[in-house]
Amino acid sequence: MSGFKSTDKYIASRDLEVAVNAAVSLQRPLLVKGEPGTGKTVLAHEVAAALGMPLIEWHVKSTTKAQQGLYEYDAVSRLRDGQLGDERVKDISNYIVRGKLWEAFESDTPVVVLIDEIDKADIEFPNDLLLELDKMEFFVYETRKTVRAKHRPVVIITSNNEKELPDAFLRRCFFHYIRFPDRETMELILQAHFPDVKQELAREALNVFFKLRDVPGLKKKPATSELLDWLKLLMIDDLDPEVLRSKDGAAVIPPLHGALLKNEQDVHLFERLAFLSRRGG
Amino acid sequence: MFAPFILALRTAGLPASVTEYLTLMGAMQAGVANYNIDDFYYLARTTLVKDERFLDRFDRVFGTVFKGLEPPDGIAVENLPEEWLKSLGEKFLTPEELAQVQAAGGFDKLMELLKQRLAEQKERHQGGSKWIGTGGTSPFGANGYNPEGVRIGQNESRHRRAVKVWDKREYKDLDDNIELGTRNIKLALRKLRRFARQGQATELDIADTIRSTAKNAGSLDLKLVPERHNAVKVLLFFDIGGSMDEHVRICEELFSAARTEFKHMEYFYFHNCIYERVWKTNKRRMESSLSTFDVLRKFGPDYKVVFVGDASMSPYEISHAGGSVEHWNDEAGAVWVDRVTHHFRRFAWLNPRPQKSWDHAASIGLVRQLVEDRMFPMTLSGIEQMTRELSK
Repeated sequence: MSGFKSTDKYIASRDLEVAVNAAVSLQRPLLVKGEPGTGKTVLAHEVAAALGMPLIEWHVKSTTKAQQGLYEYDAVSRLRDGQLGDERVKDISNYIVRGKLWEAFESDTPVVVLIDEIDKADIEFPNDLLLELDKMEFFVYETRKTVRAKHRPVVIITSNNEKELPDAFLRRCFFHYIRFPDRETMELILQAHFPDVKQELAREALNVFFKLRDVPGLKKKPATSELLDWLKLLMIDDLDPEVLRSKDGAAVIPPLHGALLKNEQDVHLFERLAFLSRRGG
Repeated sequence: MFAPFILALRTAGLPASVTEYLTLMGAMQAGVANYNIDDFYYLARTTLVKDERFLDRFDRVFGTVFKGLEPPDGIAVENLPEEWLKSLGEKFLTPEELAQVQAAGGFDKLMELLKQRLAEQKERHQGGSKWIGTGGTSPFGANGYNPEGVRIGQNESRHRRAVKVWDKREYKDLDDNIELGTRNIKLALRKLRRFARQGQATELDIADTIRSTAKNAGSLDLKLVPERHNAVKVLLFFDIGGSMDEHVRICEELFSAARTEFKHMEYFYFHNCIYERVWKTNKRRMESSLSTFDVLRKFGPDYKVVFVGDASMSPYEISHAGGSVEHWNDEAGAVWVDRVTHHFRRFAWLNPRPQKSWDHAASIGLVRQLVEDRMFPMTLSGIEQMTRELSK
């Protein structure tokens, strides 16, 4: 079976591979959770690339309704056309605007659908999609016809855990929690993204990064995406790895920390720690 | 075939259903997992666990149910890969030992020794489930090559890896020590209210519609506003008396804050642990007490429950019938906490004791387990976490 595997750009752990392949072969949605910045959204892109299917992205916001993914009936423009006496107004299907799922269902080739950050939407959002994701079909009330998927799409759903998802929804999904990568995996990830990084720089950067993650009380721990941004900056500046090495174990504020610490309280906290350790040492 | 496993999961409180069991079987049939235990573990996890909160519990159950499988057959010592032994040696040698190695005739000699030693060990541990023991001797130092040591083999041999994965149990704890005042608590508790206009646009906003239609030169522009609905109902249980006395002030603050924040709010008192009776007025606890069963019957599962207590008591008060210090309880406190947490969908335990000291009292650990780790310190960040948990 040609399944999903780590690529030279994206390092997937074995458990993630199993989860993706299970979801693909049983044709069920895969729900992916994990700390922000661990590559949930990127996963969908990689799966699409690995399976050679086009990707349809549906980014969910707090105002998104489930119906919008299926279709919308643009009543306002019909009303306007009615006022202007347009001929189009007689056919209601002129005012049915197709959503992302409809697009995916109508596609002639199988596609990957990404429903990004499903937890941002209203609590009823997942419930409203139960049947659609289960049967991969829905009914258009205005035109009285059923839209059925030509090929069941591969559905990948991400969540940042801001809201609990209903049980009935979870029952229909496979679930994967992306654990924060350990050091070895992180080295592989760095290798994949920056094949020509200086070994020493990468090692020191990783030291600083993991030490930073260990600082208790950080509001937002830096994650993989922050590390990648930071390392890119370091490489552009062509920084000497020596600078990153902490003198006698004392905590120092890493250069260009703006890429790692995204919260001013965190920067303050870190400055205080650095100050304390300087005074202590 | 795996029915006992599913049943064990359900006993452990993991909501795995027949549907998921069938899905797992389907996935096995489709050949998603290769025929090894690692893949099976991953596949079972992705099928049966639907929330990271249950991952740890799953690991524990998996560990017990499939204990017999744990070191899969093992590999003959003769076939141990050279690099594997090398990394084992490198990992566990101190500089002094390295000097000894030099004395003994270099690295290859040491590898010979190590191989021999492993072979001996295998014979001695023939019947055991682990083929590497813990009692290393001379050239390998006191640490020897214990089961931990096998982990360094994970790059080369994946055999133990899955065991390691489900034996590794991770929790994270953050602590935040901002002092609480009434104002702070109010801020945090306000999050609990869903008074705020939230949810989907459902009501027609006539004023705005008229305004924007006029702006649009008369073509109709409909404006909608989210429907206002007040869904939050809260049930508070206060621990009163005993070791809580020092925390009474801070509890009063939370209480007074909570009181003005919710429309549907009920509170009850208990002492140390919740048992078959709770009461409404502490002074007249005898007359005002009512059965906990009645409370469960009266308040629907949609109420959000907050326990406020330091959970510091003798462990018997939780674990044993008759353990209560005040009266004879027919059923253990744990049974009652379980009953409450199973009835209500969302619950949390606020603990006024500093989070650092939680590990020192056995009873706090017990209660934390009972409330599925939803215990939060009574600090601003703790309350924030709690409200987030409750309003999920």
